[in-house]
Amino acid sequence: MEYLLIFISAVFVNNVVLSQILGICPFLGVSKKIETATGMGAAVVFVLTLSTLVTFLVQKYVLDPFGLGYMQTIAFILVIAALVQMVEIILKKVSPALYQALGVYLPLITTNCAVLGVAILVIQKDYNLLTGVVYAFSTAVGFALALIIFAGIREQMSRVELPKGMTGMPIALVTAGLLAMAFMGFSGVDGGLKILFGLN
Amino acid sequence: MSNFKVLMNGIINENPTFVLLLGMCPTLATTSSAINGLSMGLATMFVLICSNVVIALLKDLIPDMVRIPSFIVVIATFVTVLQMVMQAYVPDLYATLGIFIPLIVVNCIILGRAEAFASKNGPVPSFFDGLGIGLGFTMALTLLGAVRELLGTGKIFTITVWPEDYGMLMFVMAPGAFIILGYLIALVNKLKKS
Repeated sequence: MEYLLIFISAVFVNNVVLSQILGICPFLGVSKKIETATGMGAAVVFVLTLSTLVTFLVQKYVLDPFGLGYMQTIAFILVIAALVQMVEIILKKVSPALYQALGVYLPLITTNCAVLGVAILVIQKDYNLLTGVVYAFSTAVGFALALIIFAGIREQMSRVELPKGMTGMPIALVTAGLLAMAFMGFSGVDGGLKILFGLN
Repeated sequence: MSNFKVLMNGIINENPTFVLLLGMCPTLATTSSAINGLSMGLATMFVLICSNVVIALLKDLIPDMVRIPSFIVVIATFVTVLQMVMQAYVPDLYATLGIFIPLIVVNCIILGRAEAFASKNGPVPSFFDGLGIGLGFTMALTLLGAVRELLGTGKIFTITVWPEDYGMLMFVMAPGAFIILGYLIALVNKLKKS
């Protein structure tokens, strides 16, 4: 139940893009088509879960015992960059089909601040390993959900005639704002579920 | 190109927020008030100038193959320095900006300038490029923060302009960030044409 609650909270209530405002670059950049959005979403789910697992272990077994907490930022970004490279190489060998599907999006993920952000948040919130990984997975699903919904809206919108100054980025941002407002409707749902399940 | 031109280029022609549309995460997330936007802009400017100068000095020593990882290490080092200084001297501000201070590492403006400018120019022009882009970013963030603060709470830099009851809280929250930035970019586009 606890994990379900984390899932619902991370996907809907505290959506990583629309409420915490992380990972905006890929959100605005690869949301012109539903297909590319789905590919990017899947790649982020994969990498974010894996990278949180690895950075958590790095923090607990390398940084903490040696008192190197202040190296967190440098260590994490290097771990993520190396991990993304490695995933790319391994996927190419092991599963060419998956590589074909995710390949283009993998290098882009290093610059997705949601990945580094979630890795740091998991440490800050003092989660244990399993909770942290569930949280990372749910956050990534939330990212994918927001990205795919947004791509769907943009696909429809590309057929509409707009005032000249609003075409491109401005209208995309206003749309994202309205979407964020819609997601605000979920606020408080996690608190309600907590009471319903008797967790406090 | 003279240093002054480099400086102005960063503020106007290549304004990172309104023209290049880079570094959107901190732009949207930390501008809930003018002062927060200003602080975030200055923090980013510090890292940008330092990393630009250091990379310009080291550019001949760094092999081309490992260019990007080396840049990231330089940037991450300055971000760590910034984190420690802020934690020591302005803990309240550090708590407000929270996760977005370590996330300066993945701000594409900084890596972008390292790659596009500092790795091809000397330390002095790189310093001015960092200053110009940093100022452009700071101004954009302060403007966005001021508009959001005014519409959300009726204040600018905590000075009351109209009573708080007329403010719409939504503008201080996430949706307001997206909508206001969208309209500001539309306005800049309009001004650029005329």
